[in-house]
Amino acid sequence: MTKNVLLTGIGGQGTITASKLLTIGLMSAGYDVKMSEVHGMSQREGQVLTHLRYGDKVFSPVVPKGEADIIMGFEELEVLRNIDYLKQDGVVVLNTVRFNPIGVLSGKDKYPENTVEMIKKRSGKLYAFNASEEAEKLGNLKVMNIILLGTIIKSMKLEDINWDKIIEENVKEKFVELNKKALRVGMDLV
Amino acid sequence: MKKLMTGDEAIARGVFEAGVKFAAAYPGTPSTEILENLLEIDRKYLFAEWAPNEKVALESAIGASVAGARSFASMKHVGLNVAADPFFTAAYSGVNGGLVIVSADEPGQFSSQNEQDNRNMAKAAFVPMFEPSDSEDCRVMVKEAYELSEKYDAPILIRMTTRVCHSKGLVEIGERKEVGIKKWEKNPQKYVMVPANAKVRKQLIFKRFEELKEYSNNCKWNFIEYNDTKIGVIASGDCYLYAQEVFGKEASYLKVGFSNPLPDKLFKEFAEKVDKIYVIEENDPIMEQHIKALGIECHGKDIFPSYGEMIPEVIREAVYGKKIEPDEEVKEIMINRAPTFCAGCPHRGFFYTLGKRKNIMISGDIGCYTLSAGDPYKAMDMTLCMGASVSMGHGAAQVFSMDECEQDMKVVSVLGDSTFFHSGITSLIDVVYNNSSAVTCILDNRITGMTGQQQNPGTGFTAQGEISTEVDIEALVRAIGVKNVRRINPNNLDEVNEAFDWALALDEPSVIITWWPCALKKQSEEDKKNFPGSFKDKFQVDEDKCIGCRKCTKTGCPAISFKTEIKKSSIDPNKCVGCSVCAQVCPVGAIGKVVK
Repeated sequence: MTKNVLLTGIGGQGTITASKLLTIGLMSAGYDVKMSEVHGMSQREGQVLTHLRYGDKVFSPVVPKGEADIIMGFEELEVLRNIDYLKQDGVVVLNTVRFNPIGVLSGKDKYPENTVEMIKKRSGKLYAFNASEEAEKLGNLKVMNIILLGTIIKSMKLEDINWDKIIEENVKEKFVELNKKALRVGMDLV
Repeated sequence: MKKLMTGDEAIARGVFEAGVKFAAAYPGTPSTEILENLLEIDRKYLFAEWAPNEKVALESAIGASVAGARSFASMKHVGLNVAADPFFTAAYSGVNGGLVIVSADEPGQFSSQNEQDNRNMAKAAFVPMFEPSDSEDCRVMVKEAYELSEKYDAPILIRMTTRVCHSKGLVEIGERKEVGIKKWEKNPQKYVMVPANAKVRKQLIFKRFEELKEYSNNCKWNFIEYNDTKIGVIASGDCYLYAQEVFGKEASYLKVGFSNPLPDKLFKEFAEKVDKIYVIEENDPIMEQHIKALGIECHGKDIFPSYGEMIPEVIREAVYGKKIEPDEEVKEIMINRAPTFCAGCPHRGFFYTLGKRKNIMISGDIGCYTLSAGDPYKAMDMTLCMGASVSMGHGAAQVFSMDECEQDMKVVSVLGDSTFFHSGITSLIDVVYNNSSAVTCILDNRITGMTGQQQNPGTGFTAQGEISTEVDIEALVRAIGVKNVRRINPNNLDEVNEAFDWALALDEPSVIITWWPCALKKQSEEDKKNFPGSFKDKFQVDEDKCIGCRKCTKTGCPAISFKTEIKKSSIDPNKCVGCSVCAQVCPVGAIGKVVK
């Protein structure tokens, strides 16, 4: 049985790093894993979407619409934009932050108001919290993505994988302890 | 040992294992990471470098091959257009050391100016071609491609697509096979492509192609997998995986991994066994037309789209009519997230100023600065391909200067430093030679920005980060005959405006060089010396002074937002890097430096 995960956010939020760590973890657990990244043209502020699939045997690296078991959202609007991927009763883990697209900043567009309610309406289960604030409490906004990784690990029931080891092997040494701590914070949020 | 790798990483691994000694590329999404990974390899095994453009990259690789080493070049699909000249003729001259070329195509166009199918290039040039489906395919096929290249004396093309390049899958790591450097022997009949020699070589190409047809029908890359025979699927590349996802064991498959020349015998054999054939391929109906020409009935572009990716939901909809309807309520409120310049991008001040000018046609190019076409700048009127800004601008300026032309327009052409080296320089020579009044702006942000900070001939460093000869753009521009040259700081709006006033008043060629590093660039010691204190400041809004005019938000900086509830602007300190453009735009002096 193939499990489908979608990670979505904005360039610069660390979406791809979180996806990579998750992929490495799943691989270490013996799954066949495929992951596919799509990032927009801009280095920063553009949409980022990662498809991640795992199971005994995975063919396509792309999650079909309507089949995502879980969407891990780094930003509200981007979750809503990709909500058609979620299967019925699928889980959404949401970072309740808003990054205004340039059209909103310049006053041309309006950021939709009730994004969280709309997401809630369309998901079987919604875990929503502000991981950015949690990261700031840890003293480094950048570990927001690892906190989210912790929450997704918990909600996907993947705690048995040795995540500490994966962080040790894939994160710059001086950030290892902070990342481990962030992962715990994330796991405790669910 | 198995490792998780993207297709790009796996190609690099295969190149290493195949004993390749020389590799060159020009960055281009989604191919960039191939050479980036080759740069990680110890140069005692393999020497990798960035070339100024794809033609140069391929020509260097061809030269390395003639000299006897296994060599490699990679590029994005449009890059093969730039390299088409050597590509077509290298098919004639063949190889000494094996030569493999990667073309990374973009079905669905994630970051490209067109969607072209480079299987057409392989076909037109009579170059044998592989199409990997996933990362492990990439690694093994590139190794086989070198064997084939040397056996058949031909360059080999590997067609990848975005999904193959940027998807991760498990790859079996192998050992490197040292193949040494073959002896080079003088052989002008083979390597000097004058007509008399080329005519002979063309005959050899056809002979080779006949032999390769045998290979195509019998190699392990093209195979049939029989399951239920009511449906037969013929697919190559990622389409094979998508099809398996949709049909599973309910269909039989003919996987085409080696696709030029195509396996006619296999097609016929397959057609006899299955009831209904679907040919699933991204972009052009190359296999479909070939199969139909063999007299085999099949479905292809009559039901599948002629553009975009053939992902499972697309196949499902085409075959079974199953469609996931978008959530109407969500669709209604959804807004765009257009890509934009980073906070502190040196292009911002430049385009903010340029966009306000009247009676100007702005001729643009491929790079981050193409983003100026969108809101709020709207400062780009045409963009075609790498280096074209300057020559298109020249052509337009010639027309605007004709007596019968009723439009009084001036032309400003804009391109980046890496693009200038890529192919802008020949265009600028054209401007000078034919005495154009077009203003050429070279936006030198000290790095190749959009593809992710690769070195180029103007940065002073090689791909490995070693100190190199830095091309002085200003001296170069003067040397080709431009008399009017100014170098400015693009963050200083007055300076930008003055430079435009000056250049637009001239009736002869002029060049404005903006000089400020990319905000994402890791600064070298030299950068720190050249741009002291850059990206160190933060700016803030004094809410007592802010009159809510929103002029600062019109600069399009992602660090600036407008608090509607109090009608004041605010600057996100996590994003601001102190370029000061907003402070210069503010009419009441409400934006100032944060005093530490």
